[in-house]
Amino acid sequence: MKTNIVYRGLSVLVILAGLVVWQGCKPKAPTTVTMGDAASKVYVAPGQYDEFYNIVSGGFNGQIGVYGIPSGRLFKILPVFSVFPESGYGYSEETKPMLNTSHGNVPWDDLHHIALSTTKGEHDGRWMFANANNTPRVARVSFKSFRTEEILEIPNSGGNHSSPFITENTEYLVAGTRFSVPMGGKDVPISSYKENFKGSISFIKVNPESGRMNIAFQLRTPGFNFDLSRAGKGASHGWFFFSCYNTEQAYTLLEVNASQNDKDFIMAVNWKKAEEYLAQGKGKVEKVKYAHNIYDDKTHSATTTMENEVTVLDVMEFPDIVYFIPCPKSPHGCDVDPTGEYIVGSGKLAAMMPVFSFTKLQAAIAAKDYEGDFNGIPVIKYESALHGEVKKPGLGPLHTEFDEKGNAYTSFFVSSEIVKWNVKTLEVLDRVPTYYSIGHLSVPGGPTSKPHGKYVIAYNKITKDRYLPTGPELTQSAQLYDISGDKMKLLLDFPTVGEPHYAESIPASMITPNSTKIYKIEENENPYAAKGEGQARVERKGNEIHVYMTAIRSHLTPDNIEGVKVGDEVYFHVTNLEQDWDVPHGFAIRGALNAEILIMPGETQTLKYKPLVPGIVPFYCTDFCSALHQEMSGYLRVSPAGSNTPLKFSTGVIEGEASGAGH
Amino acid sequence: MKSLKPISRILVAVASLLMVSAYFVPLWQILMWAPQYPEGLEMDIWINTISGDVKIISALNHYIGMKHIEVEMFPEFQYMIYIVGFLIGFGLLAALINKRFMLWSFAILLVTTGIAALVDFYLWGYDYGHNLDPTAAINIPGMTYQPPLIGTKILLNFTAFSGPDIGGWLFVVAAVMIIGTLVFEIKTNKKAA
Repeated sequence: MKTNIVYRGLSVLVILAGLVVWQGCKPKAPTTVTMGDAASKVYVAPGQYDEFYNIVSGGFNGQIGVYGIPSGRLFKILPVFSVFPESGYGYSEETKPMLNTSHGNVPWDDLHHIALSTTKGEHDGRWMFANANNTPRVARVSFKSFRTEEILEIPNSGGNHSSPFITENTEYLVAGTRFSVPMGGKDVPISSYKENFKGSISFIKVNPESGRMNIAFQLRTPGFNFDLSRAGKGASHGWFFFSCYNTEQAYTLLEVNASQNDKDFIMAVNWKKAEEYLAQGKGKVEKVKYAHNIYDDKTHSATTTMENEVTVLDVMEFPDIVYFIPCPKSPHGCDVDPTGEYIVGSGKLAAMMPVFSFTKLQAAIAAKDYEGDFNGIPVIKYESALHGEVKKPGLGPLHTEFDEKGNAYTSFFVSSEIVKWNVKTLEVLDRVPTYYSIGHLSVPGGPTSKPHGKYVIAYNKITKDRYLPTGPELTQSAQLYDISGDKMKLLLDFPTVGEPHYAESIPASMITPNSTKIYKIEENENPYAAKGEGQARVERKGNEIHVYMTAIRSHLTPDNIEGVKVGDEVYFHVTNLEQDWDVPHGFAIRGALNAEILIMPGETQTLKYKPLVPGIVPFYCTDFCSALHQEMSGYLRVSPAGSNTPLKFSTGVIEGEASGAGH
Repeated sequence: MKSLKPISRILVAVASLLMVSAYFVPLWQILMWAPQYPEGLEMDIWINTISGDVKIISALNHYIGMKHIEVEMFPEFQYMIYIVGFLIGFGLLAALINKRFMLWSFAILLVTTGIAALVDFYLWGYDYGHNLDPTAAINIPGMTYQPPLIGTKILLNFTAFSGPDIGGWLFVVAAVMIIGTLVFEIKTNKKAA
């Protein structure tokens, strides 16, 4: 009897132990492993510089973030397609025109991709280009001033995603429409997609001296979606490759209806051929309307020109400009290796990755090795252009970058990892997890003919538990991996602003020597500049008051202004007289319905202010400039409408108590 | 007919009453982890419903063409309460009638029901993992997604685990108690004989 009780008791214990073991068998959540020396590899001592600038798109913030690599420190946010009250970009009278479009002033956009200018396929450190995804535009930002110098609107585009990828000498940057749309604003049923909707790829010429952009020509294409692109280089210079999806030509529930074809296309464009046709006058000039905004760093002002013509080549009429290469399942990335020979298609729903060969593509074209045509455009046989497939690389391939050793690095969104593989042998060499769901990735110089290598940076779509939580909207994140050895090593997580899409890195040594420190006051051609306190003044033109104000440590001239009335429009044209490095001044006035302005040394910027009620209104310098920064302020007297207070302005003048409206 | 020992009657009654927990706690759990779900996703199966991150799981699974998980998918939820009720009633009746054959019947009934439940769950899992929408965005040739019956399985980027929850474990405990009681009865009777 006693033994039986023991026996029973034991059996219960066995069950409980089984339960514990069972629970212990459950898989654990992933854990992070960094190598012991990770900290020293990303440590940039105080006062020391980072090795690379990392130019990171801001996605839905419409800006560019400038970070240092390997530290991951954020240096600056560059406003491009979005207003930026911090500097007054898009608020000051000088910068408002930068955001003009054919639709009016569009103060926001979705900035996805960065392209750094190249010469002979290598970084040259002159400009950064970026796209606006929503209201189609491209921008050029100076590497000297880190300011947006030019924004060009793209007509005939439904959304500028496939942009701004550049040719190896920055001859062109492209703007491929994400959405096909009927051209010329035609009013047609949405269901007439196949009949009426067309794609459009703009080739934008970049002036090699000034960087000024203009649309050289547009290719009219069959209607579907263009996703990403890369120019050929080396042997394939003269060609451009675009990933295309929705070859189903769906116009609703694309998540299902645009995912049905086993293969979509990579569109290979022979742009040298297009240039020949244009030289022969084959292009058709179409009437369109688009804005071209240029910022001049002599006048410190932007101007908008409305353009009204574009030259179009319909590829359906010139079938030897364009060839389609079948590519599995809605390709996203379409990346060309540093030699220009291999084109990697990343079918985001495919279970393998095809790598196409430029040499084979040329042979297939020469032999007319086609499997058919799409709207009259030849479709090359998949196998004829194929170098090979990367087998079972991961889930959800998106983008590929390259190092200087013949390796490729592909991001996998679904399986949340970076996979390193050999471009020639197609062998998978290594894989590392990302935290979490990587989108784009960047190897310094990765898209150029001469990658700088050393690191790969992951730009993730999900951060979850990686940082202290900040409510439902968490920080965005990047991760830095060392790729100098055979195995990739995670070094650092660093938060990013906006939502990072594509980014590039460039050696700091190519940029820092050219960085603008000040603007020379004698070169200031702003018509409202006051190039000395002697020129500071206030002028009335009807109901416009123009204040030609100067700022120098630590006073504004004039700092007492009277004679302004309710109903007037006051323009504060503030010139920063400083000629010393890192002494910007700011200007803000109470009740201004726009923003502040930041004025760099030697620059003039204008803030418009409309007083709505009488009273004394203070204004002050917002950028802590000196020990007496708090004293750098002034008063504007606003009198009732119709009053006859005389226009008066001064700085440092002490008047008797007799003056004033109190009598 | 042989009667049971008093301790056996108590054990049979207690085991039967343990199963009442099935109405108050989940019986089965399915857990899922992915790189982007380090915190895991959970689905709990109760006697008449499912709870947990069912909507999130369905939203993720629709990419590969799996059905939306709905309570209506499971006709079992309509009658499981009666089956469990019957089991409890039968057990209490066995304790009351106090005959060895009733204990035998109860033990066989419990084991049969357990096996039937697992077979039923397997068949649902088979259908859920194989019967995919052909128009799904992601279609990997040869790939099916049947969840594990018991234990752990890797399905694409997800690691899935399936196993009893508290209620299921209490059922296991009840079954072991009944079988243990039966063994005890047989052994002690042999000794007595």
